[in-house]
Amino acid sequence: MLKALVIDPGKCTGCKQCEMACSLENEGVFNPSKSRIRVFDFHEDARFVPYTCTQCDEAWCQQACPVNAITTDAMGVKVVHDNLCVGCKVCTIACPFGTVNYNASTGKVIKCDLCGGEPACADACPTDAITYRDVEQSGYDKMKVWATRTSAGTESHGPNTPA
Amino acid sequence: MHHVILGAGPAGVTAAETLRKHAPDAQITLVSGEPEPPYSRMAIPYLLEGKIGEAGTHLRQTDGHYDAKRIAYKQGPVSKVDTSAKALTLNDGSTLAYDKLLIATGATPVRPPVSGLDLPGVHTCWTLDDARHIAELAKPGVPVVLVGAGFIGCIILEALAKMGVKLTVVEMGDRMVPRMLDEVAGNMLRRWCEEKGVKVVTGAVVESISPAGGAQPKPAPEAAAPTPEPKRPGFFARLFGAKSETAPAPAQATGFAEEAPGFAGAPENGLTVTLKDGQKLPAALVVVAAGVKSNIGFLDGSGIDTGRGVKVDAFHETSIKDVYAAGDVAEGINLSTGHNDMLAIQPVAVEHGYIAALNMCGVATRHRGSLNMNVLDTLGLISSSFGTWEGVEGGSRATMVDEKANRYIRLEFDGDRLIGAQCVGLTDHIGMLRGMIQTHLPLGKWKDKLMESPARIPEAYVAVVQSAPQVGPTGPKVALPA
Repeated sequence: MLKALVIDPGKCTGCKQCEMACSLENEGVFNPSKSRIRVFDFHEDARFVPYTCTQCDEAWCQQACPVNAITTDAMGVKVVHDNLCVGCKVCTIACPFGTVNYNASTGKVIKCDLCGGEPACADACPTDAITYRDVEQSGYDKMKVWATRTSAGTESHGPNTPA
Repeated sequence: MHHVILGAGPAGVTAAETLRKHAPDAQITLVSGEPEPPYSRMAIPYLLEGKIGEAGTHLRQTDGHYDAKRIAYKQGPVSKVDTSAKALTLNDGSTLAYDKLLIATGATPVRPPVSGLDLPGVHTCWTLDDARHIAELAKPGVPVVLVGAGFIGCIILEALAKMGVKLTVVEMGDRMVPRMLDEVAGNMLRRWCEEKGVKVVTGAVVESISPAGGAQPKPAPEAAAPTPEPKRPGFFARLFGAKSETAPAPAQATGFAEEAPGFAGAPENGLTVTLKDGQKLPAALVVVAAGVKSNIGFLDGSGIDTGRGVKVDAFHETSIKDVYAAGDVAEGINLSTGHNDMLAIQPVAVEHGYIAALNMCGVATRHRGSLNMNVLDTLGLISSSFGTWEGVEGGSRATMVDEKANRYIRLEFDGDRLIGAQCVGLTDHIGMLRGMIQTHLPLGKWKDKLMESPARIPEAYVAVVQSAPQVGPTGPKVALPA
């Protein structure tokens, strides 16, 4: 059973606890700049949008990696292997969603790996704007949302996690 | 059905894997041009600086990967293609029949018209074998001259500088990476490198390379010393990867001298690089990175239409039926111009390999074009460029420059769509620039915000893709992996 992060910006209050939790879980520090999830703050519209990797089926980052340092695990998650990553950053320009970032302090790239199946951001989110759910259950809702905003199925891939 | 793929780089390997996925029963043969497992040239600088061993450059890391996918691996290269008989002649004289052929033979470094290129101690930095030679010579403190500060030159620059050599880089253009970055960014890179102790000479042409210490320079490459056969390190050395290669190897050094008796003592006595303006630069090692050209020589007489590279249609088929081309050797479609062009970068090679393979096994897939893009780390200063970074007539430009902080953003728009970008000192979410350009995303009011504050790119991207419904197709897109 594949699970995915389901993000509902309508429920996000911009508290950024997800960024803190992600950074602590993955980097051992409270440093939102090292978080793999980022909350975008559109204060003019009073709107907050949490944003992270959607674990593409055939991922651009994985295909662009010259040394096989990004692989797909049994859960469909695209994982960066630090021992193989040379820090060439090609994945950071190849990912059209901008969700693979370079970490200058390690010389490697970082991306969301769903914390090995227990995403800290979802645990930390107090309003259920970020939930970790069965893909089968969330898939239909996702499709419904996208059907209303894209050109009626002519685009096989939407830009990112729907609202 | 026998699919034969010439070239074991990213395009060839991606094609082989894609064929296996979509044609479970087909016979697949991958013919390599080098006596190595499929590896990535892009990883060579990291091998040189000791970040990885040779195994770390391999394109696939799982043991038995090719066997498990029933991809036969054959040692080439191929010397002749007979498209009417659908047969290949390999360098060892053997022949190989194919039903569908993919040419993914990549490129090789250009040899600029400079005398002395064949001297021991002068190397390109393109193959693992080149890397082994460079690792022997690039010892801490020795003077090294790097010819060319293009994209590849700059990646090698970083590796050489990290190896601790005394580095001088000579570039013909007026700035560093002239085909990737504009004057502002190129000059930022230059100042950065100079502050880190690298000597940068731009607008300079190398006239000759000669042995130091009064020996007669050889007049022309044709008449030059016998080229030392690329020396293959022993199996033992290869097993232990780069570490054993970087260790002092006196046997190898004397091996050089024996092979080139005319230059006994070189490179121990060193080389002199003479520039057109008369300037002389001492060097224990000269690395030439003056650009690359497609490997198409073996196609002479095959009837396959070639220009700078192999001509392909939108399905990556060549002028001859059942023959396809992908990667650095192919003139695929440039997304920005709609024209066929050489975009010799890793992600494009992968796209080509993927699309060609789908078409080879009957899954008709039109290529909508690849986006030119690069990212470069020059001693810690990270730069990137995407698409039509030089802009178009009638378009608009937004820039942000902070010379002190070494930060630069330049965005180029056509109407309210981003068509090109370059950045220095900015790494977070830069992939969004690709996303915006490649999907021809209409930015609406966010274009005006970006004109005022180019650094708001991530915000603009998320705001646009997460808000207003898009009506109608958003423009051409590259074929996405299914």
